[in-house]
Amino acid sequence: MSKIVHVVEDIMSANDDVAAQNRAKLNGAGVLGINIMASPGSGKTSVILRTIAALKDELRLSVVEGDTAPVSIDADKVIAAGMTAVQINTGGNCHLDANMLRQALPELLLGQVDLLIVENVGNLICPAGFKLGTHFNVVIASVPEGDDKPYKYPNIYRGIDALILNKIDLLPYIDFDIDYFKRGVQLLNPNLIFFTLSCKTGEGLDAWVQWLKARVRAFQAHEDSRLHEWAHHHA
Amino acid sequence: MHELAITQNILRIANEHAARADAQRVTDLYLVIGQLSSIVDDSVQFYWDIISKGTLCEGATLHFERIPARLRCQQCGTEYGLEQELTTCPSCQSARAQVIQGEEFRLESIEVEGEGNRSKD
Repeated sequence: MSKIVHVVEDIMSANDDVAAQNRAKLNGAGVLGINIMASPGSGKTSVILRTIAALKDELRLSVVEGDTAPVSIDADKVIAAGMTAVQINTGGNCHLDANMLRQALPELLLGQVDLLIVENVGNLICPAGFKLGTHFNVVIASVPEGDDKPYKYPNIYRGIDALILNKIDLLPYIDFDIDYFKRGVQLLNPNLIFFTLSCKTGEGLDAWVQWLKARVRAFQAHEDSRLHEWAHHHA
Repeated sequence: MHELAITQNILRIANEHAARADAQRVTDLYLVIGQLSSIVDDSVQFYWDIISKGTLCEGATLHFERIPARLRCQQCGTEYGLEQELTTCPSCQSARAQVIQGEEFRLESIEVEGEGNRSKD
């Protein structure tokens, strides 16, 4: 005898549940988390190092590095910049998932952190499918990759909060139509915030850094008011 | 690329529901996959045949129902489908669109055999 069993369960539900736990853990510690996704070579680590240099006197930062191979090149650079960094070796896996981040969180002293930067594995396809529980998703694109990437990899550009176009110092040498690029991203992402910058020259970095700092401050103010509210209710 | 992780999720969910229904065997799985979910059916099938061995799902057939993407223009409210490439609104050419369909990614139901054969004690 055969029968139909109704399931109606989201295939990503297990990951999403862990992501929600990660979010709660970050909220509880007052840590704003951002997930940085990009293709290999777009300048993720350079942007992170520049961001650290600009914010290290004002904010307490930590970095989680997702790497597919057991090399600590990126983590070493972050540590050399004076930050705490935890490396997640995905063992060949093409993306970070919520459970990998969950296992890394206890290694960080979250109580002493304002901003947690998670550097995802360099890949424009797979990280898009796995929520981590961070508050903001950021994609870093770069001029040499070409202006058609939003049209070819629409999933990674959906559901992100900010987009950085890096290596704009190369614009004079490469056929890259910024408007065409931007239109492709906006199409599925109307509320996106867009930064153009160069880690090499420093151009445009300040706008990104100021935006990020404002997000951390707004998050902390919000958390504080929630805590006060809670204390008031439980007085 | 990440189809193995996803296939493992499908297997886990199906086995849980089959066990709960006291099934002895799962014969069919009905998946609903939106056009915007980047999943390669053949790749899921490939992993499925390997990892379902020795479970209630061994030998079960995967059925994929694809849901086309639909967008709603945030400027004029026109709803339109997604062709090969991302396009602006056909009515007002606005580039501000919201996805209203096509992100589905769920196991809708499973067909099982041997339900209710457990002895009543």
